[in-house]
Amino acid sequence: MDVEILSRLQFAGTIMFHYLFPPLSIGLGLQLFLCELVYFRTRDLAWEAAARFWTRVFAVNFAMGVATGIVMEFEFGTNWAVYSRFVGDVFGSALAAEGIFAFFLESGFLAVLVFGWDRVGPKMHLFSTAMVFLGSMFSAVWIVVANSWQQTPAGYHIVYHDVQGEMMPRAEVTDFWAMVFNPSSVDRLTHTLIGALVLGAFFVASVCSFYLLKSKHEEVAKRCMKLALPSALLASVAAAITGHHSAQQLVETQPAKLAAMEAHFETTDEPTGLWLFGWPDAENQEVKFGVQIPYLLSLMVYNDPTVPVPGMDQIPEDERPPVWLPFQTFHLMVGLGTLMIAVSAAGCWFWFRGTLLERRWLMWLIVLMPLAAMTANQAGWITAEVGRQPWIVYPSTQEGVEMIGLKTADGLSESVTAEQVLSSIILFGVIYSLLFAVWVFVLNGKIQHGPESPEELAVYKAKIGMGNMSELIEHQGKTRGRGMMDEGVL
Amino acid sequence: MLLASFFDWFNHELLSYDTLTYIWFLLLGVLITGYMILDGFDLGVGMLHPFIAKTDTERRLVMNSIGPLWDGNEVWLVTFGGALFAAFPNAYATVFSSFYTAFFLLLTCLIGRAVSLEFRSKVHSPGWRRVWDVGFFLSSLTAALLLGVAAGNIMAGMELGPRFIYEGSLLSQIYWYPLLVGGMTASLFALHGAIYLYLKTEDELQVRVKAVILPLFFVFCGIYTVVSVATWFHVPHATDNLYGYPILWIVPILNFFAVLNIPRAMHLGRPGYAFFTSTMVIAALACLFSVAIFPNLMLSSLDAENSITVFNGRSSHQTLWTMLVIAVVGIPCVLSYTVVIYWVFRGKVKLDPNSY
Repeated sequence: MDVEILSRLQFAGTIMFHYLFPPLSIGLGLQLFLCELVYFRTRDLAWEAAARFWTRVFAVNFAMGVATGIVMEFEFGTNWAVYSRFVGDVFGSALAAEGIFAFFLESGFLAVLVFGWDRVGPKMHLFSTAMVFLGSMFSAVWIVVANSWQQTPAGYHIVYHDVQGEMMPRAEVTDFWAMVFNPSSVDRLTHTLIGALVLGAFFVASVCSFYLLKSKHEEVAKRCMKLALPSALLASVAAAITGHHSAQQLVETQPAKLAAMEAHFETTDEPTGLWLFGWPDAENQEVKFGVQIPYLLSLMVYNDPTVPVPGMDQIPEDERPPVWLPFQTFHLMVGLGTLMIAVSAAGCWFWFRGTLLERRWLMWLIVLMPLAAMTANQAGWITAEVGRQPWIVYPSTQEGVEMIGLKTADGLSESVTAEQVLSSIILFGVIYSLLFAVWVFVLNGKIQHGPESPEELAVYKAKIGMGNMSELIEHQGKTRGRGMMDEGVL
Repeated sequence: MLLASFFDWFNHELLSYDTLTYIWFLLLGVLITGYMILDGFDLGVGMLHPFIAKTDTERRLVMNSIGPLWDGNEVWLVTFGGALFAAFPNAYATVFSSFYTAFFLLLTCLIGRAVSLEFRSKVHSPGWRRVWDVGFFLSSLTAALLLGVAAGNIMAGMELGPRFIYEGSLLSQIYWYPLLVGGMTASLFALHGAIYLYLKTEDELQVRVKAVILPLFFVFCGIYTVVSVATWFHVPHATDNLYGYPILWIVPILNFFAVLNIPRAMHLGRPGYAFFTSTMVIAALACLFSVAIFPNLMLSSLDAENSITVFNGRSSHQTLWTMLVIAVVGIPCVLSYTVVIYWVFRGKVKLDPNSY
């Protein structure tokens, strides 16, 4: 295999593994903040028990996000040196802003959030939780801005630099805010963030639903359920709306991606239909075994069922993205999104009628929902990134001047060999598999253990108040698997 | 509008392109120095961990001495990477791709350390804990070595061909000089970490920490002397800037006294002062490194023409300026909450139910 395929595989693998964690951190961060906020207002210990419990889950997840995230920053340089030279002026500044504004904020206050429960007052702790959530949002802002700039570049020009006789082009920022607010960044950012909130809400709903099914930790679970179900519904609906906006701007900015997502090969004078599902065959330019609703794509894209949507034939042949994968992942995401709206709506409906607990099948469905949310998050990004191919940076027109783009195949490191990439893939394949196993194991342990009951927490806090910490520590070694001491410390 | 034109004036009249370039070279120096000082003691603690701490409680104490802090400390490296990417993209691209294998090992170590800290105490079994103890030690040690090896290679120059394309391989990066530098960073971090642990621990554990400080100090001094002599002969260009700007001789001279001050401060019973001094030693070494390489970011050992300097490696005037604004806004915030967090977790390390 050649360096290009290997490097793309490596990047895809490491970024997808990394992206298991950040959306959960963002989404769970909000739920955690809300729990703590309610505790702060009501001083109801059950809410504090909830917040302490979600903090422990959050911490494990966050650590994984940090550990796998630093790999991504290195990979731009290690595997994509030509790309890094081309975009450094633009992409680098977004990444540096992420470091300064987001990472320091998150990692600093994370310490207080996780280790500070018994060290700082409730106000300071609530503030820290808010800062961690804010920091994780900021980091999404900057990295999605940087990614959006590659999809729909703006606020820059191409400058050729003479490097030992060869003119090397690179993108340089001319207008920082135009770069930040490029045509797709707001749509893509809101959709990404809301995708994360959906996951967080369903994660909380899922764990609580599991507890209620097992009749465990009911006091805490019922409270969190009341928070998580409506936010899951709100976020799922918002995801559909922002997704719709994202897709609408594609027809202007990246028609090739839209054509791939919809397997729309041929432009006609007729209005365009929308495939519900199917099996696109790019070679023969057709969709097999598919069901299509007429007019719908035109309606969705232009708010007008009669305007035809441009197809793949408008795109030069060497600039066409693959079709099968973006088509399937896009439809998977939309399908799962619809399912999530339905499940959360049903969940809310029965919850407020007080009969959800009798519908165990629905409860079990909610338990499974985080998988759907995670898959939808991943599938959406696969659509966005595979649909961008063969470009790593799209070409564009700035103030009437054509700017060249950069193809993925041209962005690789010159000095890196296939053997090197293959060995790093194997190394990280092993490490990430182990990591994943450990993560699942520890996360499962935390969930199985669950939150303390408000009574346990009250006893614990009384001991802390008397400065009886040492007794608590000594105690935990013997009462294995019981009490918050074990859980927190072990 | 007025504000915008003021900014433009400031940018173009007051800070020329070259001035901004120097500022960014300096800021990158600050970031990597910050990283070495802060994560330096984390790595040092990791290296000492299996030797200093005997019982399980002691091991947890040692780990928790850096528990709330190591993550924030690692961010200095992440931000350094981002800032290098933004300010000197050519250097970022070439350095990271030429250290391909070394950097993937470094990443492995950083991941290994993170998960060892995070997961060690989550399960009761002694076997499980032993595995993560070993992982914590090995990843800390290897990370410190690799950072030094990379620095040694940059210092001595690398096989950089025309148009910023690296022509060497992993094997050409591993020879006596970078390995020596790696040994120096590892011993320095171990010393730095030991002094930090001394500040954070009590009783029997603290006595044990104290016993290793002086031996570590002598190991560091030994390697430091060898590296200095080796640099003198092997990397003759390293002193060019010192001769060009003799005022800079003050750095190695002060550093010499700072090194000697470490055992003195410990002897006087002022460990905080000793920690401050070892911080200064790291800062001085980082400063000497920067002086030695400037204006190169990556020196070519094949042809000086091929070297990546701050001038042919930098980004545009506009970007350096925007980034400076970001830094001026961001760094005070970063420093203020770093101080808050170190304040919250001041004093001797204690285990509580939220610890690792």
